Amino acid sequence: MSSNKKYWKSVEELKDSSMIEALKQNEFSEELPINGFLEDESSLESSSTSRRDFLKYVGFSTAAATLAACEGPVVKSIPYVVQPEQIVPGVANYYATTIADGFDFANILIKTREGRPIKVESNALAGATGDANGRMHASVLSMYDTSRLKKPHIAGKPVTWEKFDAELAKRLGNVKGDIVLLTQSFSGPATKKVIAEFASKFPNVKQVSYDSVSHTTALDAFEATYGERALAGYDLEKADVIVGVGADFLGDWQGGGYESGYAKGRVPKHGKMSRHIQFESNMSLAGANADKRIAATNYELKQVLLELYSLITGAGVSANLPKNLKQVVVKTAAEIKEAGSNAVVLTGVEDKNAQLIALAINEKLHSKAFSAKQPKTAFVGDSAKVEQLIADVNSGKVGALFTIGSNPVYTLPKGEAFAESLKKNVDVVVSFSSTPDETASVSEFVATTPHFLESWGDVELVKGKFGLTQPTIRPLFDTRQFQDTLLKLVGNPVAFDQYLKQVWSAEILGGKSFNKALHDGFFTTSASVASAPSFNINASSLSGAKPSGLELVLYTKTGMGDGQQANNPWLQEFPDPLTRTSWDNYLTVSKADAEALGLENWNVANGALNGSLVKVTVGGVTLENVPVYIQPGQAKGTVGLALGYGRTEGLKEEMQVGVNAYSLYQGFGKVQNVTIEKVSGEHEFACVQLHKTLMGRGDIVKETTLEIFNTKDKEYYNAVPKVSLDHEEIEVTSPDADLWEEFDRSIGHHFNLSIDLNSCTGCGTCVIACHAENNVPVVGKSEVRRSRDMHWLRIDRYYSSEETFAGDVEKKEGFSGLGENLSGFGSIEDPSENPQVVFQPVMCQHCNHAPCETVCPVAATSHGRQGQNHMAYNRCVGTRYCANNCPYKVRRFNWFLYNGNDEFDFHMNNDLGRMVVNPDVTARSRGVMEKCSMCMQMTQKTILDAKREGRPVREGEFQTACSNACTTGAIAFGDINDKESGVAKSKESDRMYHLLEHIGVKPNVQYQLKVRNTKA
Amino acid sequence: MKKVANGSLIQKLTLLVVTFLLSLSPVISYAQDAPAGDAVKGKELFNSLCAACHKRYKKATGPALYGVTERHDMEWIYKWVKNSTALIASGDAEAVAIYEEYNKVAMNAFPQLSNADIDNIIAYVMEPKKVAPKAVASASTGTENAGGDSSVTQNIVLGLLVLVLLLLIGVLFMVSKTLKTYAENNGVAIPEKEKGTPIWKAFIENQFLVLVSVVFLLLVSAYFVYGFLMQVGVDKGYEPIQPIHYSHRIHAGDNKIDCKYCHSSARVSKHSGIPSLNVCMNCHKSIGEVAEETQAEGLAKYGVDYNKQIQKLYKATGWDPSKQAYTGESSPVKWVRIHNLPDFAYFNHSQHVMVAGVQCQKCHGPVEEMEIMRQHAPLTMGWCINCHRETNVKVEGNAYYEKIHEELSKKYGVDKLTAAQMGALECGKCHY
Repeated sequence: MSSNKKYWKSVEELKDSSMIEALKQNEFSEELPINGFLEDESSLESSSTSRRDFLKYVGFSTAAATLAACEGPVVKSIPYVVQPEQIVPGVANYYATTIADGFDFANILIKTREGRPIKVESNALAGATGDANGRMHASVLSMYDTSRLKKPHIAGKPVTWEKFDAELAKRLGNVKGDIVLLTQSFSGPATKKVIAEFASKFPNVKQVSYDSVSHTTALDAFEATYGERALAGYDLEKADVIVGVGADFLGDWQGGGYESGYAKGRVPKHGKMSRHIQFESNMSLAGANADKRIAATNYELKQVLLELYSLITGAGVSANLPKNLKQVVVKTAAEIKEAGSNAVVLTGVEDKNAQLIALAINEKLHSKAFSAKQPKTAFVGDSAKVEQLIADVNSGKVGALFTIGSNPVYTLPKGEAFAESLKKNVDVVVSFSSTPDETASVSEFVATTPHFLESWGDVELVKGKFGLTQPTIRPLFDTRQFQDTLLKLVGNPVAFDQYLKQVWSAEILGGKSFNKALHDGFFTTSASVASAPSFNINASSLSGAKPSGLELVLYTKTGMGDGQQANNPWLQEFPDPLTRTSWDNYLTVSKADAEALGLENWNVANGALNGSLVKVTVGGVTLENVPVYIQPGQAKGTVGLALGYGRTEGLKEEMQVGVNAYSLYQGFGKVQNVTIEKVSGEHEFACVQLHKTLMGRGDIVKETTLEIFNTKDKEYYNAVPKVSLDHEEIEVTSPDADLWEEFDRSIGHHFNLSIDLNSCTGCGTCVIACHAENNVPVVGKSEVRRSRDMHWLRIDRYYSSEETFAGDVEKKEGFSGLGENLSGFGSIEDPSENPQVVFQPVMCQHCNHAPCETVCPVAATSHGRQGQNHMAYNRCVGTRYCANNCPYKVRRFNWFLYNGNDEFDFHMNNDLGRMVVNPDVTARSRGVMEKCSMCMQMTQKTILDAKREGRPVREGEFQTACSNACTTGAIAFGDINDKESGVAKSKESDRMYHLLEHIGVKPNVQYQLKVRNTKA
Repeated sequence: MKKVANGSLIQKLTLLVVTFLLSLSPVISYAQDAPAGDAVKGKELFNSLCAACHKRYKKATGPALYGVTERHDMEWIYKWVKNSTALIASGDAEAVAIYEEYNKVAMNAFPQLSNADIDNIIAYVMEPKKVAPKAVASASTGTENAGGDSSVTQNIVLGLLVLVLLLLIGVLFMVSKTLKTYAENNGVAIPEKEKGTPIWKAFIENQFLVLVSVVFLLLVSAYFVYGFLMQVGVDKGYEPIQPIHYSHRIHAGDNKIDCKYCHSSARVSKHSGIPSLNVCMNCHKSIGEVAEETQAEGLAKYGVDYNKQIQKLYKATGWDPSKQAYTGESSPVKWVRIHNLPDFAYFNHSQHVMVAGVQCQKCHGPVEEMEIMRQHAPLTMGWCINCHRETNVKVEGNAYYEKIHEELSKKYGVDKLTAAQMGALECGKCHY
């Protein structure tokens, strides 16, 4: 008897809608156009190519192509006519230079091969200021950007420099009104002198310094107190207690660069490590690394500062704090007082008085980590003057506007209105830009400037510490740096490089060698800020009325920064350390607010993340269709949005992502009152990490508290997993528990990578460095969404489900019975409102007993005696067995040919973009597996250098791209057979463990477990 | 001489013309003025001391020396050679003029030379330019023609031979036919052969044989197909024509220039490097022409005008030999690359040349004998691996190897470690 059960394919079918019925009738919803083509007999017959002919041609061309393939191509080689003395093909040269693009400032080192810069590194010389962050590492690719301007332009047409100079001089001669130079922050003496010379030649010249992301309140506070426009310096290594109040000092707070000092204090030494308490609204890198993080709205942050000020200095100001927050602040103040001069308070609250309070607290504490004598002098922007300029432009006072290193049409809150006003009211608009950005596109004159790697320049990074910028390649295009153009306009015949040398010799070097300074990339004088502080704090202004409604906190993303490198595919594809999302900015919303507003994030069938869309309104300005990302740890009542996205002008189509949050950056304040409204539709994110929480899996991330670490045995907090052998428990690392026979690796080098979870801040510099060193392809948003990202090194971010990870474990252990297990694990998937965060860099673990090697049918992956897991790309046939058998999921498959493929219009498909490729590493092709090689090319080079010089390898000489790029020392590399090396010592450390140790694959990457300095 | 005397009229006439021409040339008059020196000894001295800057018949860094005795008297020459700077300092007008003409570059002093030595040198430089090269050149074309002639005659002989053979076949056929007719006419019965199964039919009917031979044929063709496929992309013996005919035979062979003088980056880099043209000009600034014998050999044996090749170099570097200066207009040479290792294979010259001390010839073959450079080795992975298996690591005097060698040789129980035992067979050592 046949069953009369009814089956349906979808809910719609069940409801018996007529559309479904119609669809059932014809298999193809639209008529296929076959008939149209075949019925057209006349055209078929009139064609001179019959089917037979066609087949003949196909056959012939296939045969011809096959035969032709047997002959190798003729390769031409063109050596130099006169080879420069310092260039040897195949040998890298390094040049010291300084990046000062208005957002990032540091002394850096540029690696060049055959005369082309291919990689950025930190300048490791003692005395160098700053370390290379991810954006600086990526800046080398921005030079090889095909969309760069190639000639000067007048009214959108390319012209010669002679014509440009003549025309501009003529027009400047007739200018009525002010000539305004709207520049990025310039602090270099030679550059300042050029501007001064220009100002003395032309009447009514004004310079307005403009930082696209303003530091005005902090600068004003410092200037009011110490009489110099600068930002206080901090050396967090010297601090035992660090309190951050809305200051993402591991991100871009006051120009960043504090992480290396911070990380040094975070590694437990002699039972001690620094304690970090963070109050903040958005979940930031600093907050994620804190021992204690308190989510608070901007208003509350001000109150926290007031309370701290009052408790520490005894100033009788009252703060309006809720009770629970007050308790925390009181405890924090007690800790600060106890630490005394070993404590430091940092604040990012954008209010002059808030900044003054932080300075006053640090002065009162005599904080060792705080320095007003050696402040940061790189930023000098003043938003009040920028506001004034906008007013002047609108009122027609400005006759000529030069934009130098700034892109006001994009970065001003009312950029488009400003552009209109420029067109109407300003006679001469000159944009000094290297890319056709928003401002260049509305400027009549575009004086095309070179990239900083093609330019000369100087900057005072920190009081008394000067950086030199030197070209590392001859300008790729017909460009001229703005200093040269200004010198031309004033009729000074000296080229800027000579000018720079003269100024430096006369004013800075004090008889010391210019060439030495150029070689080092910096020069240090003894200058310092001498004046004693004089405080004038109006603390009560902070305790205003509590704002109703939501607060929007604008921030800059670790990858994109202020957005000037928006056309850089490395930065676009860089997953944000916290949200793990690339190719986007989004509104970060707390879970509670999201629920109240009906906002959601969900995963679709292929695992990708989707989210709701909202309309964001600030002061009458509305941003439509902003995607929502529910961010654990976001303070209730606040939402976050990153600046630097939503650019369109001069960008490749693929890079035109996100929304322009600068339009909400009103009055240059990062905090705004905002209204949010849900709109229909959904957004597709390119998020690389599905899992939010650690689910209590202690064998992935191990962590403990400082107290336990100091008092208990290793066995207690870092036990090696045990397995049963003959009904007895043995350690999984013991040879008896092994499936494989051990290969003796005690001879020669045996490389290990050590990753310290305590000093890893999650900044992701290593990810970009790995991209640059290993020619890792960029795959684009839609591919990332399909989980086909190619990052060899990823930084996993885990949240805790309870307030702490320890709480998670406790909860997990407490489950009893299947029912509770199922529901319990379900609940543990959600991160808590204010979770603990941990960052874990994961790359190929180079297992000595690698599961990938045993399953490769063609032996394309094999093991070396030095511990590396080798991958022979030309041998790989692409079965992907290895990736499936890899417990760490670190193997990446080339689904497409990414180089020379216009479908992937990033940088590998054009000659210019390919100039960044490292010639020592093979570019992989379609259908092969790839993965971290432990920078084999670098270890091999180090060994060869030693062999050639007939000496053993020196301590610290072995490096990988990631260990070299790591500014905090979290990633260390070396030879464990050299007992003196850092990794050999860290292998014996009590904190050492291996990822998923219980599976017994014996990885060559060690992790140092995380110790938190928690207090009850 | 006797032969000449008894020779034909033409020979006599030639002799006469040559003597006449010689008598017309100005050599004899110079020879009378020049001091009697030994030209052979002079040549030796000239080549070792003067040739770097002077040529006999052509201006180089210094003036052409042929005819120098016309321009200056011998006493002045002695003084100048022994210490030209002093002579210039003394204000001697002739000396100062030369000094000015040659961009105020003074000639090295040669106080070690005696007057007799200088006489010898003068005797050598005053030898007239031989008209011989032209004669040689014509002779060479002559031989070439002769070569061409001989091949033509060979063809004719062969053709004739074929014709004769064909005739013979025809004759035999006719004879056989005649004999047959004769026999028929005479009533002689020619016994007819009994027709058996033809061999091919028998072969086809024997299935075993067919099977065996098919298998055999398949195997043979598989062998050849495999051989063909395996050499696809292997360019052993690749010998492309280069834009400038550069003879390694002359430079590395005859002149014994060290490979690493020109390919200097082989010492420090993964690339051996194609020398930049300024390296060529280190020597070729003063070597604008090859020796006459070399030139003759080049034309005769290889059909190459070496002097023209040097001119190509001058053109590429923008060197004006008449002014002895660079014009500034250079055009790089597009060499055809011979050794094309695939990009996925990493090879480092300095590792092999400096650390392992491998002779260049080991991979590149007898370069010093190669007139045209060619790829000597197959450059296949098997070839690399084989060498790594057989070659001992050169550890002597290299502190890097001290510990690892001692430990490893103990482990493997050998005195000398091969590269393979050091790990030179691992995939990742060359592929990353």
